[in-house]
Amino acid sequence: MESLEVKKPGGLVQWLVTNLGRILVSLFIPAITFIVLWRTFIFMRDTSAPQWITAVVAIIWGVGGLAALFLLANWTIERLPVAWRVRMTPFVFVGPALAILAWYLFLPTLRTFYFSLFDKSGQFIGLENYVYAFTSQPMLESFRNNLIWLVVGTGLSVGFGLLIAILADRTHPRFETLIKALIFMPMAISMVGASVIWKFIYEFRPEGAVQIGLLNAIVVALGGKPQAWLILKPWNTLFLVAILIWLQTGYAMVIISAAIKGIQEELLEAARIDGANEVQVFFSIIIPTIRGTLVTVSTTIVIFTLKIFDIVLSMTGGNFGTQVIANEQYTQMFRAFNFGRGAAIAVVLLLAVVPVMWYNLRQFGRQTEAF
Amino acid sequence: MASVTYEHVTKRFGNVVAVNDLNIHIEDKEFLVLVGPSGCGKTTSLRLIAGLEEITEGRILIGDRVVNDIPPKDRDIAMVFQSYALYPHMSVFDNMAFGLKLRKVPKAEIKRRVQEAAEILGIEELLDRKPRQLSGGQRQRVAVGRAIVREPKVFLFDEPLSNLDAKLRVQTRAEISKLHLRLQTTFIYVTHDQVEAMTMATRIAVMKDGILQQLDSPQSLYDYPANVFVAGFIGSPAMNFFNARLVRGDGGLVVDAGTFQVPVPASLLERYAAYEGKNVIFGIRPEDIHDPAFTPPDISAATVEANVEVLEPMGNEVILYLSSDSHSFGGRVDPRSQARPGSKMQVIFNMDNMHLFETDGDQKAIR
Repeated sequence: MESLEVKKPGGLVQWLVTNLGRILVSLFIPAITFIVLWRTFIFMRDTSAPQWITAVVAIIWGVGGLAALFLLANWTIERLPVAWRVRMTPFVFVGPALAILAWYLFLPTLRTFYFSLFDKSGQFIGLENYVYAFTSQPMLESFRNNLIWLVVGTGLSVGFGLLIAILADRTHPRFETLIKALIFMPMAISMVGASVIWKFIYEFRPEGAVQIGLLNAIVVALGGKPQAWLILKPWNTLFLVAILIWLQTGYAMVIISAAIKGIQEELLEAARIDGANEVQVFFSIIIPTIRGTLVTVSTTIVIFTLKIFDIVLSMTGGNFGTQVIANEQYTQMFRAFNFGRGAAIAVVLLLAVVPVMWYNLRQFGRQTEAF
Repeated sequence: MASVTYEHVTKRFGNVVAVNDLNIHIEDKEFLVLVGPSGCGKTTSLRLIAGLEEITEGRILIGDRVVNDIPPKDRDIAMVFQSYALYPHMSVFDNMAFGLKLRKVPKAEIKRRVQEAAEILGIEELLDRKPRQLSGGQRQRVAVGRAIVREPKVFLFDEPLSNLDAKLRVQTRAEISKLHLRLQTTFIYVTHDQVEAMTMATRIAVMKDGILQQLDSPQSLYDYPANVFVAGFIGSPAMNFFNARLVRGDGGLVVDAGTFQVPVPASLLERYAAYEGKNVIFGIRPEDIHDPAFTPPDISAATVEANVEVLEPMGNEVILYLSSDSHSFGGRVDPRSQARPGSKMQVIFNMDNMHLFETDGDQKAIR
């Protein structure tokens, strides 16, 4: 019987033919799809048929056509000799996805890097934009603030998430569900929506006026002076971080809670019999057992804080010493129209995220063998 | 080293009574096995000693100290779990040392004790491994080792052999018995397997529906079961039961099971005299049923005609599945027996080892 194992193509010619074939197979479907869909779009735009018929035809043509295309490609590959079929088949299915990903993700990244080498007037200036990205005052401020976001935001989100998960696990099941639902609820709110809510909490009115901001109302009721929280340096960044914690604690809690539920009860009982008190059980058994989950949750939130943008833009616009990298990039690109600088900052941000992402995937892979 | 005492212990989960008025005094250095079908309350009884469940009513004493309100860590007990419950992130050494570290035992002493336990169990080479790198048998040893190093007053075992394959189970059974002899400590062992109970225990407590049925040495339990449940639970294959009537026959009493009549031997007449004319449950163990050609001498033989349904040759014996009318029963006969499936044969009951039970209520043995 012939083995279906992928044989290493022998010789340079065969290597070339194989890989060229793979690339062609990968590009075939996206290219044909694009051309056919484009032609169809032009045709349908100009037809006078009722709109719903156009819609139905478009759906059937789009989905069915694509399926037919895959079937056709697969059928063609299956006509090839076995050795070739084994080499090519995966690329019929994975290839198109990779090709499209490359087109939408990889090429734009390269283009961004290319743009980052030019100044506002389109003059090539080498790495000068990167000098700005690493030494300018707003960027240094952003680095500092992002570090605060990263450390405080991630630390407290995961910390509170862990604390609530462990406490909820030990309350009556009915309360547990209720508590978890309440804590998780902010997750359903967008960052801008959350910002609007918190703007009301931080709202400032001069002394003597009625305080409609929750925080100032409390401060005044306790006999204090109302504060303009959002311009109160250096604390205002922390007030913004609080919003992220409010949003992300629920996420951390749900994932960690699932991990805690997964711990075998006998493991905790064994530790108790071995002489551990509840604190020792927590640190010696529970934490090490859910370590993988903690790392995954932490890195996810770390990436989140590195990219933080919406909250800062909608609360302070990056003023009063609250600037962050992503908002500085936005400011350079769409306010100052300095595409080169914006692109350079984007590349810096990407470089900051990549190691965390890589670590996260590796950790994930250890748990599920997915990578 | 300490005795353990249950005094009128009851445990309820909501409306379910898991353990009902349990009274057992377990002597120091005893090997007590709690046995019964699943859901009989044996594991709950064990967890009550460990402090993993709260006692609803009654008291438990370890030594002469009431432990009702003492947390597990201060009871000076060690437990081997069914799933072994090894800490997955710790090496074998750390698993065994964990309890000692928590008790602030000096490092050198920890090392010595772990080393010693590892030698006893033959796991010295595994000390650096993680639990997931071990086979089931090795994990079981580590779990036992973790209990040994603590040098506790009482060892608790919760079905520790049920995750092992048959051969390893037999081997480990003997090793646990050896360990008990060596450590000279109180062992309390839960199992649903009566063979484990019979082979290891100094005394066995048979439980059913949260109630203690009988507490006795393995041999007494086998010879003098207190009721139909214990008689059917201890011994394999199980004892045969027939609904019968005790009637007066020629010169003595006769057990009339409808399809056959067998005489009560003279030595037992006095014991059963009061039940003459009453309905009883007649019990006879498969090993007390013989092929006429290979019947041992000097027994009170009674002949019964039976149909041979199925034959299971085991090499050292043959298990017969017999029937008399519509009633099935089993026999363990000599391997040279000429019985053939589908044929009729005479079998001999050894009436010296007969059992009679009351038909009502707890189906108590008639003594």
